[in-house]
Amino acid sequence: MIRFALAGNPNSGKTTLFNALTGSTAHVGNWPGVTVDKKEGTYKKCAEPISIVDLPGIYSLSPYTPEEVISRNFILDEKPDCVINIVDVTNLERNLYLTTQLMEIDVPVVIALNMMDELTKRGDKIDAKALEEKIGLPVVEISALRGKGMAELMDRAYEASKTSRKAKTVLEKTALIHLINDCRIALSGQKVDNALFHAIKLVEMDEIEVKMHPDSANMVEEFKEGFHDELFGNDFEALVADSRYKYIVAYFSSTLTKKPREVTELTKSEKIDRVFTHKFIGIPLFFIILFAVFHLTFSENLLWLGAGPLAEWVSCEGTAFEGVFGDGGLASPGVILFNLLDLATASLGEAIAGAMEASGIAEWLIGLVCDGIFGGIFAVLSFLPQILLLFLFFSLLEDSGYMARVAFMLDKIFRKFGLSGRAFMPMIMGFGCSVPAMINTRTLANENERTATIRIIPFFSCSAKLPILTAVAGGIMQVFGVGNADLITYGMYVVGIVLALVCVILMRATTMKGEIPPFIMELPDYHSPQFRNLMLHLWDKAKHFIKKAFTIILVSTIIIWVISHFSWTWNFLGDEEIDQSILAGLGGLIQPLFTPLGFGSQLGAMGWVFAVGAITGLIAKENVIATFGTLAACIIAGFEGTEEGVAEVSVMIQATGATIPAMISFIVFNMTTIPCFAAVAAAKGELGSKKKFNFTLLFWIVASYVTSSMIYLIGSWWWTTFIIIAVWAVVIALLVLYNKGKLDLTSLKDLFKKVKTKAKKSSGCGCGCDGCAMKDSCSSQKKN
Amino acid sequence: MKEKRLSEYKIGEYGKVKIVEGEGKIRRRLFDMGVTPSADIIVRKRAPLGDPIEITIRGYELTLRESEASVVIMEGRK
Repeated sequence: MIRFALAGNPNSGKTTLFNALTGSTAHVGNWPGVTVDKKEGTYKKCAEPISIVDLPGIYSLSPYTPEEVISRNFILDEKPDCVINIVDVTNLERNLYLTTQLMEIDVPVVIALNMMDELTKRGDKIDAKALEEKIGLPVVEISALRGKGMAELMDRAYEASKTSRKAKTVLEKTALIHLINDCRIALSGQKVDNALFHAIKLVEMDEIEVKMHPDSANMVEEFKEGFHDELFGNDFEALVADSRYKYIVAYFSSTLTKKPREVTELTKSEKIDRVFTHKFIGIPLFFIILFAVFHLTFSENLLWLGAGPLAEWVSCEGTAFEGVFGDGGLASPGVILFNLLDLATASLGEAIAGAMEASGIAEWLIGLVCDGIFGGIFAVLSFLPQILLLFLFFSLLEDSGYMARVAFMLDKIFRKFGLSGRAFMPMIMGFGCSVPAMINTRTLANENERTATIRIIPFFSCSAKLPILTAVAGGIMQVFGVGNADLITYGMYVVGIVLALVCVILMRATTMKGEIPPFIMELPDYHSPQFRNLMLHLWDKAKHFIKKAFTIILVSTIIIWVISHFSWTWNFLGDEEIDQSILAGLGGLIQPLFTPLGFGSQLGAMGWVFAVGAITGLIAKENVIATFGTLAACIIAGFEGTEEGVAEVSVMIQATGATIPAMISFIVFNMTTIPCFAAVAAAKGELGSKKKFNFTLLFWIVASYVTSSMIYLIGSWWWTTFIIIAVWAVVIALLVLYNKGKLDLTSLKDLFKKVKTKAKKSSGCGCGCDGCAMKDSCSSQKKN
Repeated sequence: MKEKRLSEYKIGEYGKVKIVEGEGKIRRRLFDMGVTPSADIIVRKRAPLGDPIEITIRGYELTLRESEASVVIMEGRK
């Protein structure tokens, strides 16, 4: 099948064009090694089906961002049959800058002049014929939004793909052309494809090219010494970029006739921005929008209507839908969808259980299928409506161009932590659900920034963790008669945020050193988001999530179900007999590990309940409360719990004698440790590399463990504060010294390496052999 | 007219790029985004917290930090 690549600037309408051409045939994957979307689809309305690859949105073929390198390598190495270069005609000069680089590659290029309708609306005109003549590439006018010009574009591209095109450059009349030609000839002599492109990049002293062709790079260096330009000296990179823009302005811009207007005249976007990025109302307005998004997704009391005739009417008392649309208040769309799905899965589960019981299948098998498999899937899928809704709202904000403004407004704060303003979005989304938050990190340009953000997202306590907070806080109040549940809950959110900030600072100081990424960003024009694009995007995410729910999440939940419902002797146990299960045994086994956190060995024989609660929380954080119910029933036979889990926690506290600091440490541990399997799966997908993923898991465990034990220690013995402060002071001092280069760890590293290689070499006795039956007598032989 | 850095421009002030200093990634990025000698720039606004700034260049809106704008030397219009 012949293959076309779609290349163009971000915000040029590339996604819209791709969706218009490929429709439902598109599938999304990752480019190898990086988490940048790779979209592929098929166009069927030509003489033969054409595969279309959507390259990432780029401004240039420079070697600096992963997107640029991917696009460059794809066009050079994979040799598509044609490149469709989408050009936003309302932003002609900057868009053609990329075109001037694409035409230096030996590949047919067709220019799609997009947003023609927008241009007409502005009262401007372009002479496409004249542009085609001047640029020497086929030019087609289209409007991807209205689906206009698609057939003509593809016909011209198809035609072009059947011919071959020789590369040419707009640098022909510059002082550098002799050097470029010399390099090109030298590279051609070495049988390098696309010699002209490589030659120009070499002249620019592009990192990738210099590494690839060191000989020719030397030639450029020599030439540089004798060269002097009035304005640029011998800075070829600047000279080349400047020449490109000069050429564009001189030859191509003239095809565009603009309606005369003042430089200071405001466009539509600028008028909108007078409000949205206003000095005083800009940031408050953003928080109101953010609140509205969360309110519409998670609120159970929409617009605080509260109880009243409307609430009564929507509660549907006595029908099957009782409480679905609201219980003492109108539910938000997110909660309604959640309840509806919950209702459907519960009925389905009951139907399956009923059918299985009727057919007389073994009890454990019913348990496995209904509670283990379906229960697990339903628990994960129950989040899907709210995840997607949250995702929809944020995509709306992203596509409309508003998110770029948010980054613009908040950059100053986040720069201090080595992040850009964009990182704020996924963090805030984390308060709703970690899964869409982690997926949203894709909008971050910098790899380090993305990894750091993914790692701290779970610290922004998600909506599913709130029940744990309120249950334990309620339990503390009930048993000890102190404290204020709201205050504890609020305090926990603050602990999470502080921990996140501390971790970012620590990461930037150790494993993620390096300069703060630049913030030179386009603020695209506001435009109404495309319904079709949004739905396709949402469908991709849903598909992805469902696939994960049925693979790694399913396997994990089944394992936890099995170990909580079988004893070591492989007997099936009912829910109330969880104390004899493998899980309880494992809980008892790892219980000592939690001693520094306050809910370990000091709690005695029943102490394993907290360990078990933490483990089941991995399936979904809601599970912790459900597990508390079964655990409390183990402690007091026939115990009837409440929905909020407060009574359960009280029973557990009384049975184990846990202290207040221990319980607070328990909440913090659950909040900050490894998130649910769904979020873990999302992190795995977004982090890309396995090494990073493993390190992230370790990071979560260590961060939660250290924080919780600190809270327990300080809470139990106030004087430990001084020890902890002292330890941190030493750690920070060492870090500062290390970063200033005053602490040399290389000798330590070398030592470590030596020990490691030695240990590898001699798994036997240390003589260098591979270890053998004579292991014990080996050293004596050596002596002899 | 006197030379000035872009970061020193006030809101509403406009001029032409004379030269772009700095090096590496940031400089290249500025070039790629069209901040090259003789390009017209008008400063539109500052972010609510004072930094970054927003400019119009080559017919579109670009935002950059004050530190990044300080490498762009401008000359006023005659």
